[in-house]
Amino acid sequence: MKKQNRIDYGSLKSKIGSVEITTGAVLESNGSTSKTKTGAWRSLRPVVDEKKCIGCGMCWTYCPEGCITKKDAKKFEVNFDYCKGCGICANECPVKAIAMVVEEK
Amino acid sequence: MEASHAISEAVKMIKPNVIAAYPITPQTHIVEKLSEYVANGEIDAEYIRVESEFAAISACLGAEATGVRAYTSTSSQGLALMFEILFVISGMRLPIGMTVVNRALSAPINIWNDHQDGMSCRDAGWLQIYAETAQECFDLTVMQYKISENRDVLLPSMLGLDGFTLSHVYEPFDIPEQKEIDGFLPEYKPTHAVLDPGQPLTLGALGFPSHYMELRRSQVDAMEGSLKVIEKVYKEYSEKFPVQIKNTRPEKYYHIEEYKMDGAEIVFVAIGSVCGSIKDVVDDLRAKGEKVGLLKIITYRPFPMEAIKKSLKSASKIAVIEKAISPGANGPVFDEISSLLFEAKSAAEIRNFIVGLGGRDVKLDHIQKIYDMTKKSQGKKQEWMF
Repeated sequence: MKKQNRIDYGSLKSKIGSVEITTGAVLESNGSTSKTKTGAWRSLRPVVDEKKCIGCGMCWTYCPEGCITKKDAKKFEVNFDYCKGCGICANECPVKAIAMVVEEK
Repeated sequence: MEASHAISEAVKMIKPNVIAAYPITPQTHIVEKLSEYVANGEIDAEYIRVESEFAAISACLGAEATGVRAYTSTSSQGLALMFEILFVISGMRLPIGMTVVNRALSAPINIWNDHQDGMSCRDAGWLQIYAETAQECFDLTVMQYKISENRDVLLPSMLGLDGFTLSHVYEPFDIPEQKEIDGFLPEYKPTHAVLDPGQPLTLGALGFPSHYMELRRSQVDAMEGSLKVIEKVYKEYSEKFPVQIKNTRPEKYYHIEEYKMDGAEIVFVAIGSVCGSIKDVVDDLRAKGEKVGLLKIITYRPFPMEAIKKSLKSASKIAVIEKAISPGANGPVFDEISSLLFEAKSAAEIRNFIVGLGGRDVKLDHIQKIYDMTKKSQGKKQEWMF
């Protein structure tokens, strides 16, 4: 087994205009998806009607972004930094407690 | 030895850590020999037996990303199957070395030589170098790693050689001592892509519109900058390993080889093994007092524009002889040379001769005829020599 080199990330950085890039678009450390906030792509926002919510957790199970978190037994919260507004949660909700509302910016 | 085995010898001597290849005619002799070398311990590498060329190139990508030296080789349909990953590799700046034994593309299925496979991948961000002889195959294989792995380059490279007409032809060539090759090509020390659990990194992340253009630009800059590095490596190699067997390679490697170009008014431009036949015709014509020469292109990507412009400066008629065609346009080399001549405000007449597709023989008579037509300005801009 060949001994691995340590990478000096500083030496990989360069700038073209005002944009900083790295050789081969290498990103230091893992977890780059959580650093990239994609909530701005959203045109529809899920709004939970807490009166209707039965706390089944289907929205939490189906969210493809994993951006719905369970706050307590009957309360689920959406992280709008990552929610792209796909509407899968609203579609899966068995009691139709989630409405997709147009984002107004 | 045959040229295929010149490649296998060179690959053995550059000490790759991973070889992943799928056999395809006419590349088979190269990888057969390499698997033998791995099996009998002459090469200390992982030989990955893959189920397709897509897997071969993907295995090389993964291997190279862990920071080791990887090698693959293919032809024709195999290269076409690799197409998607070629761009991923150049975008990640992984300096993988590949040999492409040039062969025609289907349909109709054809196992013989032309340059359509390599030319169809010219925009993949890989360096492309083409060999004419077995000695060049050996030398350029060693050099391609030194160029690709250079810190300022970090681009993958493809060495092209003609299927059968070169790959299966026996020619003498010189093999330097292992320690001399070691002295020329040091161990690969990756500086940017080393998949290592001890230092996690992300390769191949999403490139947003805000960064994609800059990243592409950096690839283009590296490609343009590589011209100087290639020139330096060619020079260093030529000095370290002088010609041992006459007429098996240029005395001094350069992006182009100029053959009897002194005072040449009519110039052939070509790539690969067909240059051997063209040189014979040039010799005959020169003996008859004709002012004719050959410009052989060795480095095709990056395209050595200044070297070519300079070389064609005093030419009045140019015949670009090509084994590839962009249907609906011209041969790719023809279009690129034409554009250079336009830039240089040259008044030279330029013609495109399509030859040797799917292994059709390119005979001395063909080349003589090309010369006559070019000299007399006969025929259309694009002529096919059947």
